[in-house]
Amino acid sequence: MDISIVSLIATLIVAATPILLAATGELIVEKSGVLNLGVEGMMIMGAICGFIAAVSTGSPLLGFCIAALSGALLSLLFAILTQYLLANQVASGLALTLFGLGLAALLGHSYSGIKPPSTPKIEWFGLSDIPVIGPIIFNHDLMVYFSLFLVFIVWIFLRFTRVGLILRAVGENHDAAHALGYKVIRIRVLAIMFGGACAGLGGAYLSLIRVPQWTEGMTAGAGWIALAIVVFASWKPWRLILGAYLFGGVTILQLNLQANGFDIPVSYLSMAPYLVTIVVLVIMSADRTRASINAPASLGKIFHASS
Amino acid sequence: MKLLKTLMTGAALVVGLGGVAQAEDKTKVGFVYVGPVGDFGWSYEHNEGRKAVEEAFGDKVETMYVESVPEGADSERVMTQMALDGADLIFTTSFGYMDPTINVAKKFPNVKFEHATGYKQADNVSTYSARFYEGRSVIGHIAGHMTESNTIGYIASFPIPEVIRGINSAYIAAQKVNPDVKLKIVWVYTWFDPAKEADAATALIEQGADIIMQHTDSPAAMTIAEEKGIYAFGQASDMKQFGPKARLSSIIDDWAPYYITRTQAVMDGTWSSTATWDGIKEGMVAIGDFSNDIPADVQASAKALKDALSSGATHSFTGPINKQDGSAWLAAGETADDGTLAGMNFYVEGVEGEVPN
Repeated sequence: MDISIVSLIATLIVAATPILLAATGELIVEKSGVLNLGVEGMMIMGAICGFIAAVSTGSPLLGFCIAALSGALLSLLFAILTQYLLANQVASGLALTLFGLGLAALLGHSYSGIKPPSTPKIEWFGLSDIPVIGPIIFNHDLMVYFSLFLVFIVWIFLRFTRVGLILRAVGENHDAAHALGYKVIRIRVLAIMFGGACAGLGGAYLSLIRVPQWTEGMTAGAGWIALAIVVFASWKPWRLILGAYLFGGVTILQLNLQANGFDIPVSYLSMAPYLVTIVVLVIMSADRTRASINAPASLGKIFHASS
Repeated sequence: MKLLKTLMTGAALVVGLGGVAQAEDKTKVGFVYVGPVGDFGWSYEHNEGRKAVEEAFGDKVETMYVESVPEGADSERVMTQMALDGADLIFTTSFGYMDPTINVAKKFPNVKFEHATGYKQADNVSTYSARFYEGRSVIGHIAGHMTESNTIGYIASFPIPEVIRGINSAYIAAQKVNPDVKLKIVWVYTWFDPAKEADAATALIEQGADIIMQHTDSPAAMTIAEEKGIYAFGQASDMKQFGPKARLSSIIDDWAPYYITRTQAVMDGTWSSTATWDGIKEGMVAIGDFSNDIPADVQASAKALKDALSSGATHSFTGPINKQDGSAWLAAGETADDGTLAGMNFYVEGVEGEVPN
């Protein structure tokens, strides 16, 4: 078997980055007590808006900015529906996914078959020439490092800052947080928009770097994987990286094993990423009390100041 | 607010009624697609066929379509809805719609159904498919000549006869001109997932493939080939815009003539259940332009092969061919019959790996 572990790790990082970005955003949303199932819709909006911006300006960086903005804008719709009009979060989230997919298809109608400007890899002053470590760590584009940095920031934010504590309080018990004078609705709207921006970035990573092209429905379920990974990580930021890289890793590994003619029935290989995710979920939720402690207590519940 | 709502409902009703009154003498044709019409591959070409029907019949026909319909129970719901909406003829355009099509057809005996790439017929269900394997022979021939690493990467979708036939056909043609050629196959178990198709292409390139063939629907692999500086072939559509340098040629599906003929048959009342399997000769399978990177002599031999397949002078599966385990399949000069081809579930000798089940 001559699979290069080094290039395997390098590709799995690329495969995992879109899911990681979207999952990081969703983690903050869920920590504030909101369940937004519209990740897929926000991702694909980011994918097309980022693509259009990058193609028309020639700057991938601007593309990512616009992608984040468009994801946040779309999520604002969800925020208005669920926070001000008190609509059901599950239904609104699903609607957001469908709406996003349709709107993206409409916007992207004339953008098929165009090549986006390529995103340069970060220059690490020759560090990428170091064997093994070089290709794995020092040979990526900006967004890969950004996604890891974002997880770090989110961890600091949730764990060490006052605002992070407030956000968690809102997610655990919105009535108590409200009684203490925190603006539950405002905090949640901001969290939802942050989630939208992250999902938009994840989508743009797909259309600008990983595939790079625009095709209708190109997220093909990545948003749902991101949602699963938040549960998988039991709402802890660092475990998001583990989850996303594990999922990306098994996906890439099985393709490489197949290409290598490795003697394992293909059907097992194909189901491996999902199987691993399920197995880990089962193990993690085996200890019931711990699993339920981790989930934000007000997750998915509607808040109104009068109740 | 309430008044506005009432007004709008009223308006919608008027528009709706108008639609019904207008549609009475129109033939309604429905299409069910497995991917988005903007996939620039399989579903895109079926939708081009739908547009051709609209163009050919103008006011006499009304078409409708639903895209990205998952194979299985969901498709049954979509077809039922189409039939209830008054469709006279419904094209279901993916292998996985086979049983759902048969089920729904039983419930609507007056609606005609046409199922692509399957093998189950009924009184009101026809089947139709193209002999894509003829196209695979031509691109296999080119790939055999063009590969330098003697490794061709093949992105396969599901282990159904259609896909296995394509693998065998491409391998036989490639191996004929290059005895050392090897086929590396990756099964992705999806028709349409650009990210996964791109990953599969990357994995194949890492394993030494310098030419990629695909039996999936998006142009993602073509984009990766372009980026990595290797070659690939357009699948279902030409895909040239995705890989101006990478694309060597392409297999293009042309469904328009068939869709027009069948719609005409429904209008005339002459429709009957048939099994159509057309190839290069009838124009259902077309070969895209050859890239200038292909040497002139290879272009000429590829064109000769295409012409021979078209005229029937040669067949993609002409003996002697052994099965993968070495047992004899076709004797020298013998050609495969359609029955065996339609149900093909084995690799020919030389293809490595096992057919997944």
